Amino acid sequence: MALVQGIPAPLSPAAATKVLVLRNYVVYKDAWKLFITGFLEPVFYLFSIGIGVGQLIDTFEFHGEAVPYAEFVAPAMLATSAFNGALLDSTYNVFFKMKYEKLYDQMLATPLSTGDIARGEITWGLLRGSVYSAAFLVVMALMGLTHSWWAVLALPAAILIAFAFSAVCMAVTTWMTSWQDFDKITLAQMPLFLFSATFFPVEAFGDGVLRWVVEATPLYRGVVLCRELTTGVITWASAVSVVYLVVMGILGLLVVRRRLDKLLLT
Amino acid sequence: MISARGLRKSFGDFEAVKGIDVEVRKGEAFGFLGPNGAGKSSTMRMIASVSPVSGGELRILGMDPATDGPAIRGRLGVCPQEDTLDNELNVFDNLYIYGRYFGIDRATCRERARELLEFAQITDKAKAKVEDLSGGMKRRLTIARSLINNPDLLLLDEPTTGLDPQARHVLWDQLFRLKQAGVTLVITTHYMDEAEQLCDRLVVMDKGLIAAEGSPRQLIDAHSTREVAELRFGVGEHEALAEKIEDLGERVEVLPDRLLVYSDHGEDVVTAVLDRGLHPIATLVRRSTLEDVFLRLTGRSLAD
Repeated sequence: MALVQGIPAPLSPAAATKVLVLRNYVVYKDAWKLFITGFLEPVFYLFSIGIGVGQLIDTFEFHGEAVPYAEFVAPAMLATSAFNGALLDSTYNVFFKMKYEKLYDQMLATPLSTGDIARGEITWGLLRGSVYSAAFLVVMALMGLTHSWWAVLALPAAILIAFAFSAVCMAVTTWMTSWQDFDKITLAQMPLFLFSATFFPVEAFGDGVLRWVVEATPLYRGVVLCRELTTGVITWASAVSVVYLVVMGILGLLVVRRRLDKLLLT
Repeated sequence: MISARGLRKSFGDFEAVKGIDVEVRKGEAFGFLGPNGAGKSSTMRMIASVSPVSGGELRILGMDPATDGPAIRGRLGVCPQEDTLDNELNVFDNLYIYGRYFGIDRATCRERARELLEFAQITDKAKAKVEDLSGGMKRRLTIARSLINNPDLLLLDEPTTGLDPQARHVLWDQLFRLKQAGVTLVITTHYMDEAEQLCDRLVVMDKGLIAAEGSPRQLIDAHSTREVAELRFGVGEHEALAEKIEDLGERVEVLPDRLLVYSDHGEDVVTAVLDRGLHPIATLVRRSTLEDVFLRLTGRSLAD
């Protein structure tokens, strides 16, 4: 048997992340059809609600500018496609890998660390969300739903959304004990999807506490950020959203790492 | 290779390992024997550098697992008790991707994966799904995978549990060849024949402590007699009859289905039993094995 020449040094964090992404890529390269559903979902919403229901609605006012309904809904679908893609991978798939496949236990028998696993899996969730968003952004551009060169930045914005949710959802998943717990995920996912100013302006919540609450939720920040970029109405709130999502992602990452230490290195 | 002093592991109030001293030398096959719950697996996990030490000192390959975990794990091969293969990858990729986790380059990884498929005798299954493999094949793949980085030290936790006799012999042969190649093996098992076959030295663990240490031969000499006479009587008679023949051997063990009389001259025991007018349904005289040592040291009651 040939000997491995010398003992390779443990991978750097970046290289370890790459290898974990490679592992997931190999798993999915033959299952690329699964990606189609993730891509089609926001497209269907755009057609049915953005364009279908949009026939009945003239325009909405967004930061003082009149925006046709389809253009109002499209960036929200962009944000939610990143959200859904990231959520899917970092909840169900992570739970399955952790509890049933014992995949992370296998990885920890190698020089990989819990930090590597956290980064690798979150990066994968982020990439999956980003692929959906990129494809959707192309659809938006083709349909003439983007009105500013700022729209190019909507892709990094979507990636940021995917990162923030991927990290936080994976962190939440580390507390799950059975599949029943996933009802709670759905319970959070639906209202976030429906009420984050996705289909109607946030002004509809009035001027009270409710509006403040909505404006403080993460998907709202993502939706508004994307909308600001695709319509070209950048405000100080855009910066707030970026900082919000970056902090959320980093916190999630740190929690995931600590939780994996606690759960797997016993 | 491994040096442990006063090594402890506790989970909350429960102490799984209560202070053990172990020394494993280069190139030997070292065994941890013990009933379920003896602390073998906890010890193995600490050696594998995935479980923090609760007390005492542990050095693997001269390094401290608390600070050099990744460097240690880079030189270890770990074959866990359950086959934790990556079911989402095919057989070849299980080896290839696992190798990449160690930072081994692509070309070397591919070459190693091919060699190991051959070693595990599953080359024709390279593209198969893991779930389509038989139990024996899965086990061989797990062991093959643990060799991807050419480890200096191979940890095997219950390597042949759940395998049929043929598969076990194939595996023993492979482990023996690895030992010949200079790989240090650390094995946990509760199969005594396995320990006798594979281990140069072993410790018997019981309730978190080391009950005995030595080569299989030394342990048998120290804790058992040369021969054992096995006497089978009718159901329920064993307990009462044991008293009548107590004086015939050094020791009498009462098992649910038979009596074991420990003596250096087994045939004489059987003759004496018959002389006393007792009529066992079946008798057998055999040499002492590790199993006798094990029963002596860890008791016969079920541990869990």
